[in-house]
Amino acid sequence: MRGGEGPSRAPVLQFTNCRLLRGGRLLREDLWVREGRILDPEKLFFDERRLADRQQDCGGCILAPGFIDVQINGGFGVDFSLATEDVGSGVALVARKILSHGVTAFCPTLVTSPPEVYHKVLPQIPVKRGGPHGAGVLGVHLEGPFISRQKRGAHPEAYVRSFEANAFHDVLATYGSLDNVCILTLAPELDRSHEVIQELTARGIRVSLGHSVADLRTAENAMQSGATFITHLFNAMLPFHHRDPGIVGLLTSDQVPPGRHIFYGMIADGIHTNPAALRIAHRAHPQGLVLVTDAVPALGLGNGRHTLGQQVVEVDGLSAYVAGTKTLCGSIAPMDTCVRHFLQTTGCSVESALESASLHPAQLLGLEKHKGSLDFGADADFVVLDDALHVQATYISGERVWQAEVAGQ
Amino acid sequence: MRLVILDNYDLASEWAAKYICNRIIQFKPGQDRYFTLGLPTGSTPLGCYKKLIEYHKNGDLSFKYVKTFNMDEYVGLPRNHPESYHSYMWNNFFKHIDIDPNNAHILDGNAADLQAECDAFEKKIKEAGGIDLFVGGIGPDGHIAFNEPGSSLVSRTRLKTLAMDTILASAKYFDGDLSKVPTMALTVGVGTVMDAREVMILITGAHKAFALYKAIEEGVNHMWTVSAFQQHPRTIFVCDEDATLELRVKTVKYFKGLMHVHNKLVDPLYSMKEGN
Repeated sequence: MRGGEGPSRAPVLQFTNCRLLRGGRLLREDLWVREGRILDPEKLFFDERRLADRQQDCGGCILAPGFIDVQINGGFGVDFSLATEDVGSGVALVARKILSHGVTAFCPTLVTSPPEVYHKVLPQIPVKRGGPHGAGVLGVHLEGPFISRQKRGAHPEAYVRSFEANAFHDVLATYGSLDNVCILTLAPELDRSHEVIQELTARGIRVSLGHSVADLRTAENAMQSGATFITHLFNAMLPFHHRDPGIVGLLTSDQVPPGRHIFYGMIADGIHTNPAALRIAHRAHPQGLVLVTDAVPALGLGNGRHTLGQQVVEVDGLSAYVAGTKTLCGSIAPMDTCVRHFLQTTGCSVESALESASLHPAQLLGLEKHKGSLDFGADADFVVLDDALHVQATYISGERVWQAEVAGQ
Repeated sequence: MRLVILDNYDLASEWAAKYICNRIIQFKPGQDRYFTLGLPTGSTPLGCYKKLIEYHKNGDLSFKYVKTFNMDEYVGLPRNHPESYHSYMWNNFFKHIDIDPNNAHILDGNAADLQAECDAFEKKIKEAGGIDLFVGGIGPDGHIAFNEPGSSLVSRTRLKTLAMDTILASAKYFDGDLSKVPTMALTVGVGTVMDAREVMILITGAHKAFALYKAIEEGVNHMWTVSAFQQHPRTIFVCDEDATLELRVKTVKYFKGLMHVHNKLVDPLYSMKEGN
């Protein structure tokens, strides 16, 4: 039995004339890919003594790791929280459509719903690799129902509940199965949240704090129990107060367990967060900022009425409200629009903006070895951008899965 | 020897690159006829490498039929360490050109049997038909490659322990920490370089001036191993003004007076493009 494999005979692709996001900087380097992974060309040269089989000129564009959206409720008419017989088709449709936004992996998000919905829907959204068919599904993000009634936002009041009776057993009973789940948003002030957070964390599920009236102390305790994320910072939580910053205070808390830091989602659609607030958060803790779309089914559709969970929403331009109210219920700005808006509003570096949509969500999910970066060995999921950060092409596993139309052809 | 003196580092680098370019093209390399080039590392040749890359990217120069042999490599440094000479050559040269990886030879400082590695290297040079042009630099202590003061002038490729001067000069590449600098290296011998059909030594900067003086204005001496090339039939020293600071005015004037002759070697600059 021979130990070790011989060098792969699979073709080597070399993407030239581009700038790569690597190590937090935009470098003038070529990207080498083989068998869907990013290759170290120096090793290829000295170990295998090979050159590339094919070269692709990228026209001076920026190559960034594919964007990862960890909070998206649907889009293009599809509502992930709607219990149908064929949830898979809806997920697949969204997965395919968001490729044009530069998203190569995402977490379909379910809002507060009754147990029947979870029992029916969750088994139909398995973790799935991305490809020409669409962006990869990393796992489901469960946003609710264990949230604060007061801060439910657009979530239906009838299905908001607590787990004070049986803690984790209540959680399992509500959802049915947690197999396909990777993020869970809950309100830490709920009784017995400590047990629930610990159990979820032990199962590898990222616990996020959101839709909550928790004070800073409660939020810090939750973090010590294992919570690592904040769902759409500023929205659906107590506002920052200088004597009790609440959940927002986690960004600069000194109670963070050593070696860890908190991640926080931000909707940078120009509507959900005032630019000054976005800048304050970014300046306080740039390493933890995760851009999310929190997109609703109306994403990609025109103005009018559409469903979200158990409620009806009204779309007007780039805004979406709970029908008949002034309550925002998710954004309809695509991920690349969010990245551009974020860059413009904060005045941060291009590298920082790109990392907020790729590296940080990958780190949040513990996937940074293979996703969210262009390091050697990572999956070759990347997006080709012009200098204004418009998506020119999207690649998954080194294969082009979407390309912008070229004008005049 | 030819002593080619240019005003500054950039001009010296360009002259050297043009010379190499012309030599390769005039040789008319092909499938059965490879041009063999010996190559150095360090800060001195960086400008020259950049120009060669430029000529390649312009389509004027191809390395498809060129074989290269580097002078040396540290012992015990992982090959992918940013300061290894493999990394240097990849980042500063190989990754920008079209050389066949099978034709780029660098000593392996992590070989199980270091002397066998050196012997094999000598054999590869022989099998390639010897070196057409060996490009090198000079250390502040007058060494060629890692042939430290006291090295035999007829030495072959072997393991050498580095002199303190060399370690001090290398410290800047290792965060200024002397303890991080490798103490041993594999190097081609003085004799190995002397066997090349032509030798070109690049010397720039005032800190190399004394070594240049010792190498060309004093006798052949194993304490200043570059002096061995006084006995080579075809050696060119390419320098900038600063490197000549310790030479006699007479020497400098004489060779500067010959620049119109020297420049015929690089002007016209040949190109591999069709129709040239």
